[in-house]
Amino acid sequence: MTAARRVLVAVGLPVALLALWWVASADSQSFYLPPLRQILEAFADVWLGPRLVDDVLPSLARLLAGLALAAVAGVALGVVVGGSLRLRAALEPVLEFLRAIPPPVLVPIFILVAGIGTTMKVLVISSGCLWPILLNTVEGVRARDEVLEDTCRAYGIRGPARLRHLVLRAASPQIVTGLRQALAIGIILMVISEMFAASSGLGFTIIQFQRGFAIPEMWSGILLLGLLGVVLSLGFRGLERWVLGWYHGLRRAQRGPS
Amino acid sequence: MSKTLEIRGLRKVYDGHGRSVEALADLTFSVEASELVCVVGPSGCGKTTLLRCVAGLLEPTAGEVLLQGDRVAGPPPDLAVVFQEYGRSLFPWMTVRANVELPLRSKRLPRDRRDQLVGGALAAVDLGDVHGAYPWQLSGGMQQRVAIARAVAYEPQVLLMDEPFAAVDAQTRAELEDLVRSVWRRTGVTIVFVTHDIDEAVYLGQRVLVLSSSPTHVQEDLAVDLPAERDQLTTRSDPRFTQLRTHLYAQIQRAKRGGGQPSPPPSPETAAAPGT
Repeated sequence: MTAARRVLVAVGLPVALLALWWVASADSQSFYLPPLRQILEAFADVWLGPRLVDDVLPSLARLLAGLALAAVAGVALGVVVGGSLRLRAALEPVLEFLRAIPPPVLVPIFILVAGIGTTMKVLVISSGCLWPILLNTVEGVRARDEVLEDTCRAYGIRGPARLRHLVLRAASPQIVTGLRQALAIGIILMVISEMFAASSGLGFTIIQFQRGFAIPEMWSGILLLGLLGVVLSLGFRGLERWVLGWYHGLRRAQRGPS
Repeated sequence: MSKTLEIRGLRKVYDGHGRSVEALADLTFSVEASELVCVVGPSGCGKTTLLRCVAGLLEPTAGEVLLQGDRVAGPPPDLAVVFQEYGRSLFPWMTVRANVELPLRSKRLPRDRRDQLVGGALAAVDLGDVHGAYPWQLSGGMQQRVAIARAVAYEPQVLLMDEPFAAVDAQTRAELEDLVRSVWRRTGVTIVFVTHDIDEAVYLGQRVLVLSSSPTHVQEDLAVDLPAERDQLTTRSDPRFTQLRTHLYAQIQRAKRGGGQPSPPPSPETAAAPGT
């Protein structure tokens, strides 16, 4: 498939859906479901101004900070837990318990501990993103190949070199899977953390519009969230292609020539 | 000649699930410097266990392995291993070159020395043109060549090979056997080559150790008195080759049945007159 055709296929359905929305909502008299035309007008007015700097970018920065924190903690803990059979057996029930707690219910606790500022929001985001990264890393580290492990031992590849060249690389497909799940959770928590006791941010702004009956503006915020999701996942795919090029090649080679 | 490798009273018992399995009963043998010794035995006789104990990857239950007089406790620095599972012993996230270079980095060799060793080793296994490829882009035989290059570049005193050609096709296998012979003759490295293939053992080795079935001991230590210059056609059609492999085959059959008196090794004179 040529690049142009690929883009066409990828963009085709979204364009068709927007067109359908546009046509179906064109004569809408409903207050809550305004015509798409109005929403798009509001989009330009609301988001392409100072709000971009005041609300959108801080939200994104908190999301990325929370994700980064969760990634560092999750991978570090995952490497330790995944490397030890005994530790894994001891921690697994606790991890499953903690994972099952929906992070939004922790928001009031985080407010008590960390106030209502940026720290609280970043903590909420990372507390939700941690679990998929941690559990996937544990699994990836655990499942590393024992022949490669023997190879490292036989050739004196120890300590940091072993961590860098064997453990982290062997677990990288699972770590990336964990990061992808964490990204989706992180976007949700970014919005939720801004709905409590906040004064700026995407989630806060959308709630403000809803409470002020600025319905087209509210819709435009939801649209923006969706767009952010698309952009982030595209960026993530780029990262994945860079980190996991070997993995996809290996998988293709194992499936045999197609 | 000095003894590079000495195995004394080696015993390995696996404990687990309420029963213990005696993989190695009592193995004693030694390998001289620059020797090429093949180890054969019936399947399940503990060939791999022996090799892992020698490599320091496995703690023996009793007995000891001495490498240049030093007791092996953990993988020794001047010993390299080529594993059977080439697809799993090369790092799939590294290029061929990086795979060969990584052990040299952990040896803290300077860059120009590493370049020299990596280039030399890859050229020696005829892979001078695939430095930048990933292992999974290569055929099985080429992957095992990379593993051999990695071992050669490491400049070990002793090279252990664990059924390295069990998973490649017959033609590739013959090429790789010749490659091992040429690397051995060029570098003078001491090689212990574990195989289940009797022909391969006779073709490659100066000596062949026959292991008994479990509980395992050395059933026979056979000198291979074939000329040092070997090639796939003339060596394999040499009457002496046939004689040795027939003898080894009988030994393995006996080992499978569980011991008994070994027959004396065939004398070379009978090979000259096959009619008798």
